[in-house]
Amino acid sequence: MKYTLSVLVENQAGVLSKISGLFSRRGFNIDSLAVGVTSDPTVSRITIVANGDEYVVEQLEKQLNKLIPVIKVKRLIDGEFISRELCLIKVHSPAAKRFEIIKIAELMGAKIVDVAANTITLEYCDTTEQIATLTDLVRPYGIREIVRTGTVAIDKGKSTVS
Amino acid sequence: MISGADIMVKCLQAEGVDTVFGYPGATICPFYDSLYDSDIRHILVRQEQNAAHAASGYARAKMKPGVCVATSGPGATNLITGIATAYCDSIPMIAITGQVKSDLLGRDVFQEADITGACESFTKHSYLVSKTEDIPRIFKEAFHIASTGRPGPVLIDIPMDMQTNMIESFDYPETVNIRGYKPNTKGHTIQVKKAVEMIRSSKRPIIVSGGGVLSSGAKLKLQKFAEITQIPVLSTMMGIGVMPSEHPLYLGMLGTHGRRCANKALHETDLAIVCGARLGDRAIASPDQMSERTKIIHIDIDPAEIGKNVTVDVPIVGDMNNVLRSLIESIEDYKIDDEWDAEVKDLKAHYQSKISTFEGYVEPRTLIGKLSSMLKRKAILCADVGQNQIWCANNFKIREGRFFTTGGMGTMGYSIPAAIGAKLGLSKRDVVVVCGDGSFQMSLNELSTIVQNDLNIKIIVMRNYRLGMVRELQDNMYNKRHSATILNDKPDIVALAKAYGIDSVEVSSNEDAEKYIGKIVESDKPFVLVCRVHPDTPSIL
Repeated sequence: MKYTLSVLVENQAGVLSKISGLFSRRGFNIDSLAVGVTSDPTVSRITIVANGDEYVVEQLEKQLNKLIPVIKVKRLIDGEFISRELCLIKVHSPAAKRFEIIKIAELMGAKIVDVAANTITLEYCDTTEQIATLTDLVRPYGIREIVRTGTVAIDKGKSTVS
Repeated sequence: MISGADIMVKCLQAEGVDTVFGYPGATICPFYDSLYDSDIRHILVRQEQNAAHAASGYARAKMKPGVCVATSGPGATNLITGIATAYCDSIPMIAITGQVKSDLLGRDVFQEADITGACESFTKHSYLVSKTEDIPRIFKEAFHIASTGRPGPVLIDIPMDMQTNMIESFDYPETVNIRGYKPNTKGHTIQVKKAVEMIRSSKRPIIVSGGGVLSSGAKLKLQKFAEITQIPVLSTMMGIGVMPSEHPLYLGMLGTHGRRCANKALHETDLAIVCGARLGDRAIASPDQMSERTKIIHIDIDPAEIGKNVTVDVPIVGDMNNVLRSLIESIEDYKIDDEWDAEVKDLKAHYQSKISTFEGYVEPRTLIGKLSSMLKRKAILCADVGQNQIWCANNFKIREGRFFTTGGMGTMGYSIPAAIGAKLGLSKRDVVVVCGDGSFQMSLNELSTIVQNDLNIKIIVMRNYRLGMVRELQDNMYNKRHSATILNDKPDIVALAKAYGIDSVEVSSNEDAEKYIGKIVESDKPFVLVCRVHPDTPSIL
């Protein structure tokens, strides 16, 4: 099972290492982790996507809560939150194939941010699933490089993590 | 103007610290210089690890955080085992380490070690001071974090320049406000109600009590709860001392090295009321089977412990005092079934096995049983790790005293420094160490600390020239192949103790051992009693 946790932490040195250390130490696997400051500059928000069963998630929430710089941990409920991930994909693109790749980008709603003699770089911001679709579509042309930010997520409606 | 080092001393004074354990070095020298003028007693240990263990013994005796101090680099890394031991055993502790100057951090200079990084997984929290102005807040928070919720060690790493910097004035904060740390101590009313209903409908309940009952100071409440309801009590190793050993409702320690009647009762119960115990693998070998067999109420201050090792029916997060008070209030008219009562009494009587003895050797279990009655009622026994720990756990008869050992981490060499801390904390109590010849040799350098501070600590070394616990494991699991578990007959411990200025004698019969114990308990001097023990003496009955 895949789950998404939103974690509010003190925005201070060493907090991220405490959190990532906790994952490796307790044998929890992280799919992605994204950090950024919130509207309160003293607080950062970490979005963690991880795999595991109910026991693992519960333990993870509790162990995270035990860390002193962790202010709040919330497990986001499937279907009740929006998630996005930004990725940059550099695709091999000889002149003959360029048009096809541009077509795919248009179809998927990806932005073309760089074009060079033999490559084309796409910027795409969507769910992890949509990113998988896009990468599948351009893979036959040859993906030179791919960079992803990791998922960020927010509750739908008026519900917040605070 | 005031220096960071002076502020550190003032912070300790503001927290009521009268004793610290440590070992100086270059980067902590400013603090030691300030300490020199203060009324805080500094106990110079002979190796930093023992400063942490001594602080642990002190903390357990005084029921407040113990403080240990070391320098940067190797001083700090030597503390690690002691810090990790305190973490695993939930002992409140403040570890202060010097650090290289802040502008040199990360350059791998002489005696630099990333100690906050190294201790991350076994400190409750840690600080690397980056501004002298922060020192009062950090000390205030550190003492608060170490001593509230589930107790544990907090590390404060202080670069040398933070100690020498001068700031305007010292102002100790009165309150702390850490938004990520608000331990829930109350115990949810609805959960308590559910627990009460579950107890009422159970036929064969049992109480499993752990170290949390002792560290929250809820010992007497637990006894009252048991006495009102007549529910029998087991304890984990860290929970020994929760009940007087001879209490009719007490069945002893559970687990792989526990008493058979305790384990049998746990097997027969339909409701385990687990109080301040984490049910580690030494206590409950097969947690899944236990969850299937019986209902479980788990009371703990640390929510992360609940459901970690066993599946729980009613979780209650809260301080043991508060939860037990609520339970007692709502259950005064309840008593266990006569049938279960009789069954438990039968179990207790049935499993009183005979101890076999070896001619020409001391029988340690009998001796430890006897020792209990020769000490004052409130004696503190510090047991080390190995067979000696199990002999003590199962045979020392606690009346109003305490039993200090490391049940969680199992760190050899704990007992002597812990006894030093205990004696300095509670100087009127009898403090006795029981260790093996392996564990004795892990901290024998502290005999020097004992002598220097004129501490009346009696040390009983169970000498079998073996690493007995592992050897026993090899006997049972590794086809008697005694790989690396045989010690030689050196050093001559009696001569060694005398070299340190401590009187000592070796005995090879219980009669002689008792004769000497009778004598030495009357004296106010330390003593090392070496007891020859047969290598085949088992841990448990």
